[in-house]
Amino acid sequence: MKYLLLICAEESVEVSPEQADPEAWVEETERRGVRLGGHRLCPAGDATTVRAGLVTQGPFAETKEQIAGFDIIECADLDEAIEIASKHPVASFGAIEVRPFWPE
Amino acid sequence: MSGADVTRVVEEAFREEWGRVVAMLIRLTGDWDLAEECAQDAFAQALARWPRDGVPRRPGAWLTTAARNRALDRFRRGTAEAARLRALASAPAGPGPEPRPESAEEDHVPDDRLRLMFTCCHPALPLEAQVALTLRTLAGLTTAEIAAAFMVPEATMAQRLVRAKRKIRNAGIPYRVPPAHLLAERTAGVLGVLYVLFTEGYSASGGPSPARPELTVEAIRLARVLAGLMPGEPEAQGLLALMLLQDSRRAARFDEAGDIVTLEFQDRAKWDHDEIEEGLRLLDDALARRRPGPYQVQAAIAACHATALDPDDTDWPQIAGLYGELARLAPSPVVELNRAVAVAMADGPLAGLRLVDELRAAGELAGHHLLAATRADLLRRLGRTADATQAYGEALALAPTDAERRYLARRLTETGGT
Repeated sequence: MKYLLLICAEESVEVSPEQADPEAWVEETERRGVRLGGHRLCPAGDATTVRAGLVTQGPFAETKEQIAGFDIIECADLDEAIEIASKHPVASFGAIEVRPFWPE
Repeated sequence: MSGADVTRVVEEAFREEWGRVVAMLIRLTGDWDLAEECAQDAFAQALARWPRDGVPRRPGAWLTTAARNRALDRFRRGTAEAARLRALASAPAGPGPEPRPESAEEDHVPDDRLRLMFTCCHPALPLEAQVALTLRTLAGLTTAEIAAAFMVPEATMAQRLVRAKRKIRNAGIPYRVPPAHLLAERTAGVLGVLYVLFTEGYSASGGPSPARPELTVEAIRLARVLAGLMPGEPEAQGLLALMLLQDSRRAARFDEAGDIVTLEFQDRAKWDHDEIEEGLRLLDDALARRRPGPYQVQAAIAACHATALDPDDTDWPQIAGLYGELARLAPSPVVELNRAVAVAMADGPLAGLRLVDELRAAGELAGHHLLAATRADLLRRLGRTADATQAYGEALALAPTDAERRYLARRLTETGGT
């Protein structure tokens, strides 16, 4: 069985960098061989949503849609990511949120 | 040349060249904040040096070179601190190298500004951020000025600009004009941003001042850049024509007390006939391409007003027909309201009132003072004084600017209300 963990927190909650540092957890889970991969994401405000060919700013979190899957893509820029996302079959009836990875 | 003259030349260069210089630096560095800082620095250098050395033959090239040298300098300092110290230690004392005027090959690549406009107007950015970024990076308005235009505190606007620039960086919004198949939807965004900018200047959305001519001037300048760079896009020409035809009435729209003078009572000799000529010429060119769009239709409506010799000469049936066309191309309750006004002029107040009451029943313009004001005016013309008085009262309570409130209060008194 594989599981996607969606790490959620309110962006307005202030925590110290140490408090939020996942390094020890990542080390532990990778040592046990349970973590296959993951990445921190940019804030929701940096998200772009593709829906029926329309590009809109922001996440789609407030709608009735539920997360049905995830893909990780690597593109030259947002325009290419939007092009790829808009070709996904779900883009024609649902919505695809394009959220950038936190820069290295 | 006196110091004051040089200051004026630098101010003029700022209006003409700011967007070009910032755009070039964004292309060079990919860093929006650094680009703005270096552009600011170049203009500061111009203020310090031009009074002493004289104004260069090509100020734009001088500024571009100075800003680029500043950016290269900042890069060297940032990336190679140790090398910088060694170089400084061995360099002879004295002023740094002069910017090399006349050597900037970027100076005549106006596409940079178009790229910048399309980056600012990326659909992944909120519309307000699109307008604010365009004002900041292309027009060089200060954050305080943009905050005033949007009626928000300066700190709020600063935060919005920071967020927009962060998203451009984090999300990887590219600095380029999009490929052909995406051009149409983004051009619409760019045109929309420029028209928001223009209308905000033409009728301020609130506050003591009914108009902000510096914003309309800037919007016209940017629309001119866009129309020049996209000669095959009739809507870009249409938008420029629309702005020029509306702006031509600027001097006649308010009286000495700052009160609104409606179209009917404007002194047509005060209209700017050069702007009208240019607007009509642009509109003819655009319409000849036979690809009509909302800006061309709105420009055609403005042209009907601009070419009428006096109010009675206005071709209202034509205007009503054009509003019908506009409602088809870009449906909105505000367009329907304007169509109702035109129909009232063409076919009588009762025909107009029917359309207004349909709109009122639909409830889409509830809370909009122009709906109440239009209804009040039609009722007054139909002699239904009591109903008119009540509608003027409604409109007065909703009007956003002092000038509009004074106009409506005057009308209310005329219909016998208090």
